[in-house]
Amino acid sequence: MTNLQIWTYAVVGTTFALYIFIAIKARATSTGEFYVAGKGVHPVLNGMATGADWMSAASFISMAGLIAFKGYDASVYLMGWTGGYCLLAMLLAPYLRKYGKFTVPEFIGDRFYSQTARVVAVICLIVASLTYVIGQMKGIGVAFSRFLEIPFNYGLFLGMGIVFIYAVLGGMKGVTYTQIAQYCVLIFAYTVPAIFISLQLTGVALPQLGLGAVMADGSGVFLLDKMDKTLVDLGFNAYTTQKGSTLNMFLLTMSLMIGTAGLPHVITRFFTVPKVRDARATAGWSLVFIALLYTTAPGVGAMARLNLINTIQADSIAPDVSQNLKIDALPAWFTNWEKTGLLKYEDKNGDGRIQYVGKNFKGTDANGNLIVNEMTKVDRDIMVLANPEIAQLPNWVIALVAAGGIAAALSTAAGLLLAISSAISHDIVKGIIAKDIDDKTELMAGRIAMAGAIVVAGYLGLHPPGFAAQVVALAFGLAASSIFPALMMGIFAKRVNNTGAVLGMLSGLGTTLVYIFWFKGWFFIPGTAMAADNASNWVLGISPGSFGAIGALINFTVALTVSSFTAPPPEHIQHLVEDIRIPMGSKGAVEH
Amino acid sequence: MSDAQKYWQANIRLVIGCLVVWFAVSFGAGILFVHQLNVIKILGGYPLGFWFAQQGSIYTFVVLIFFYAWRMGKLDRKFNVDED
Repeated sequence: MTNLQIWTYAVVGTTFALYIFIAIKARATSTGEFYVAGKGVHPVLNGMATGADWMSAASFISMAGLIAFKGYDASVYLMGWTGGYCLLAMLLAPYLRKYGKFTVPEFIGDRFYSQTARVVAVICLIVASLTYVIGQMKGIGVAFSRFLEIPFNYGLFLGMGIVFIYAVLGGMKGVTYTQIAQYCVLIFAYTVPAIFISLQLTGVALPQLGLGAVMADGSGVFLLDKMDKTLVDLGFNAYTTQKGSTLNMFLLTMSLMIGTAGLPHVITRFFTVPKVRDARATAGWSLVFIALLYTTAPGVGAMARLNLINTIQADSIAPDVSQNLKIDALPAWFTNWEKTGLLKYEDKNGDGRIQYVGKNFKGTDANGNLIVNEMTKVDRDIMVLANPEIAQLPNWVIALVAAGGIAAALSTAAGLLLAISSAISHDIVKGIIAKDIDDKTELMAGRIAMAGAIVVAGYLGLHPPGFAAQVVALAFGLAASSIFPALMMGIFAKRVNNTGAVLGMLSGLGTTLVYIFWFKGWFFIPGTAMAADNASNWVLGISPGSFGAIGALINFTVALTVSSFTAPPPEHIQHLVEDIRIPMGSKGAVEH
Repeated sequence: MSDAQKYWQANIRLVIGCLVVWFAVSFGAGILFVHQLNVIKILGGYPLGFWFAQQGSIYTFVVLIFFYAWRMGKLDRKFNVDED
């Protein structure tokens, strides 16, 4: 076993032992504890748990890679996935906490006095959450197979087993306290290598400032200017300038923001605090903990890209390629990632060295032949995981990154599975099928639903549908076009009635689904797309992932218009809305 | 106008004010006016528009939520609708 493997087993093993220890300490004994941790979680701790819940394998592993390769255009993810918390804090969380129930569909069903509305919300919740879980399961499998060098499916089973223990036993209570531990692991794992690399490149410890600082190589050039120059010289797009259309960036950011605010597993976290004012504070603390990672990510992305280019392409530009990476002297990280298939090269000109250039590159070699790119595949997802290896950081840092990636994936998977199991046991079993079951039976139903959800998620992780990467657009589209508008109108528009809300949700959801399926294929079945998924076919250049904001607008318009022509909601519903608008009299607060 | 209505109006005013700032730092500075702002450099080599898009908007969001929570706490007490 190599030194790195010993470190990885030690670090990952220790974190797993910690998660199981917490799970046994924080078992749930009632439905209140299982669904909302007894509503007794302090806002700062809840903020950490929400941070871990929210920051998935995508945030930890993929986002910095997206930034590294898209530069400024990836800002949509940074703003979109954080700005949603302002909407949550000001428009949804305090009011939903005041209402004091367990699930999001329950509020929608009660407020619009309609089982149909509740069922639509349950379906959106399950589809959005399941699509998300697939990504987490894949993330766990990749981290295990790369760092522990065990087969992908063993890694997946191990991950499922851990989630099973603490989510089934502890419910929301167990999940919350484990997520707090997982947040600490993941943020430590993310920032430590970032600080090391920022110091190496700029001499500034904080990556937030290092990204704007002068290079430490004595050239006196700003890092960002160096990035722009290197990339343009090598035929790539410049880093800090915009490539996509402004309208699409605008709509994508908006869709991600309202999608974030409408994702049920995030909203549920606000049900776990003792008071309404704690719900507001929780949103603030959540964003503090999320911002720690999200403001570090741009530095990680830019520096990883620069290190990657410099390692392969040295600093030289054709015709001098004498400093380029030699194929018979590839570094260990390069060959290791090559084995996973996420990194590939092809020595097209047979010179024994790798040339890494962009598609705009026009340089020629000494014989006058055009130099073409020989890095045939650089998967964006390897940037964060390979970053510490490329920068030649100590093995314990690399082991830490593996544990962090697994923590991010596990914590998000647990939160999503909990949202799914609550929707099944509380909204479907207790709410529709068997209204008179007691607390103990419902708790059992919750545990069975959780176990079932883990098995389904594991199956989908092992046999990921070919569209796994595309469904993220679907999750945000569903949340943005159906759940967010319904919740917001439920609180802010007293006049919206059951007919308006249901028609609004269905029309918002319907148009968004049709727009996504039109370009991605009906139900993502390959070959059924009505038009190729590229900017020239999109209506006004709006990508399928950006359509959620339009869907939400349609939902608002239809619901408000239909409601104004139909009977107002009954008296007791209007009182309910007046009641959730003031914090006084919130129930269910318990000491812990 | 009843106290409950006044409380709700004050709340809506506060939310709108916060959301104007929310919109200005992200959609405004980070997207719509990014080219114009990029002429200015801050904190060393950051073009200002780029900084808002990748750093500044996030910091502002954090401050906004705590500001909103603090002002709402004051409103709750002023209109006597707080939880204690």
